[in-house]
Amino acid sequence: MNWISNVVRPKIRDFLARREVPENLWVKCPETGQMVFHKDLEANLYVIPASGYHMRMDAVKRLKATFDDGAYEEVALPEVATDPLKFRDERRYIDRLKDARTKTGYQDAVKVATGMLTELPVTIAVQDFGFMGGSLGMAAGEAVVKGLQTAAEKGTPFIMFAASGGARMQEGILSLMQMPRTTAAIQELRETKKPYIVVLTNPTTGGVTASYAMLGDIQIAEPGALIGFAGPRVIEQTIREKLPDGFQRAEYLHEHGMLDMVVHRHQMRDTLGRLCRMLMKAPALPPKGRLPRPEAA
Amino acid sequence: MRSYLDFEKPVAELEAKVEELRALASAGDGVTITDEVQRLETKAREALLALYANLTPWQKTLVARHPQRPHFADFAKGLFEDFTPLAGDRKFGEDEAIIGGFARFRGEAVCVLGHEKGSTTETRIRHNFGMARPEGYRKAARIMELADRFGIPLISLVDTAGAYPGIGAEERGQAEAIARSTDACLALGAPNVALVIGEGGSGGAIAIATANKVLMMEHAIYSVISPEGAASILWRDTAKAQDAATNMKITAQDLLKFGIIDAIVKEPPGGAHRDPEATIGAAGDAIADALSQLAGLDGPAVRKARRDKFLAIGRSL
Repeated sequence: MNWISNVVRPKIRDFLARREVPENLWVKCPETGQMVFHKDLEANLYVIPASGYHMRMDAVKRLKATFDDGAYEEVALPEVATDPLKFRDERRYIDRLKDARTKTGYQDAVKVATGMLTELPVTIAVQDFGFMGGSLGMAAGEAVVKGLQTAAEKGTPFIMFAASGGARMQEGILSLMQMPRTTAAIQELRETKKPYIVVLTNPTTGGVTASYAMLGDIQIAEPGALIGFAGPRVIEQTIREKLPDGFQRAEYLHEHGMLDMVVHRHQMRDTLGRLCRMLMKAPALPPKGRLPRPEAA
Repeated sequence: MRSYLDFEKPVAELEAKVEELRALASAGDGVTITDEVQRLETKAREALLALYANLTPWQKTLVARHPQRPHFADFAKGLFEDFTPLAGDRKFGEDEAIIGGFARFRGEAVCVLGHEKGSTTETRIRHNFGMARPEGYRKAARIMELADRFGIPLISLVDTAGAYPGIGAEERGQAEAIARSTDACLALGAPNVALVIGEGGSGGAIAIATANKVLMMEHAIYSVISPEGAASILWRDTAKAQDAATNMKITAQDLLKFGIIDAIVKEPPGGAHRDPEATIGAAGDAIADALSQLAGLDGPAVRKARRDKFLAIGRSL
């Protein structure tokens, strides 16, 4: 496939406006090695056109690609204590944190926003792997809690796009505590009988999977996403065996009954919208580009 | 035969001398030896007390993992009557890394859950060194649902290096099983108390440790990842486990300061393994005290208190 021949939908063009100039104009498919022009990749929602490989997606781009017309309002997140442990490994945690903030322009790994999806109000949280591996610390945990509570208050569904290497070890036990904390907030949303939908993206592992990312009413994953509790390296070292093909990939989990569906990124908006409208008992939207169904005589 | 940890060497030498002199004395050699024995015994005891008053986080890690440290089975025997373990997750299998059932604690019916590490080669294998698979957490969740339905308070004894990382465990949803077990803790409409008796290892611990009151033994540890694991990931060098242990703040004393736990249960001089009976007695008193603080709360109140407690963690640091 040639990049010139790729159709670029105008709506998606919009979010190219705020883009920085990438260092590399051509992106290589990690699976096939195919080179794709960055604008084509962006227009294709970071899915490599030929191989269908789902690249990681930045939080803001994800929000824009999910809400109707890319329009949403970001939810202000509570401030949290910075580095209460005064943690230091080879570098100080506080320096790593500063670097991550400068690099991404984000405050921490999770963003929360409200807006419309298929003309229905929803609350969406996105975890960005680009921010310290999407690791779950106090800020990210507080953001997920805030997202769930916002959904409960506003009476909307909550959609969580998860991506994480697991707990933020530099926050020690306080990071572990985000597992019960987010779970408590899920219970609050459950009591309002509003749906909680999880979309697992590549990769989601560790404490994130072992808490809010596996407690959705509906569990969706993107194709090829690595999903698990222990990382493949840890398992290999423990059992000293080669892991089976496709182990811990979305399709493998689906086969083992751990997911409801594996959904291509291009169908994600439609799938989420359809589910939310049904679970919220909203009437079906008339299918676009199709004639309305003739009324029964 | 007492087994000593590396850092206990000075004490070990003194105690060995005491034993030697005792042996001589029993062979019938003079009065002066008894004085010497007494002097050395005092010295050994003082050395032990001094050592255990200032354990480093890494030394506490070693104490928490001491092979002679009392495990779940010892606590169950010492704390409960009529302990009746239940088995199986009703879905796939029985996992003996987590033991659970009903028992009487000081006369009252309670629900009991805990990790068992095993104490002999055979039992260690049977209990998978206290590292549970999904079945263990699903059994725990099932038992907690029973406790909820019958309104019976839950006592969790936490002692695990972490959940087991294996192919089968992953295929059968290790992460989901842990998440559901934490969920069940939070949904429990009866009071629960968790006591970390040895190692509180990450998600594998939190799955049963999400409680109204969380207690820790004086030399127990509780952490998001083992010091060795953190060292290998953050320092890329497992030899840095001591640094990781210090930096992660894993001791009961640190966690009390951060508001993660509610109380510390004092251990006998030289650690729980030196006097399991006294240790278990003190643990029983602390659990009874914690339960009495929760008495009188009805289902919704106890759930709300637990939820609010966890949501408040870290907010005032």
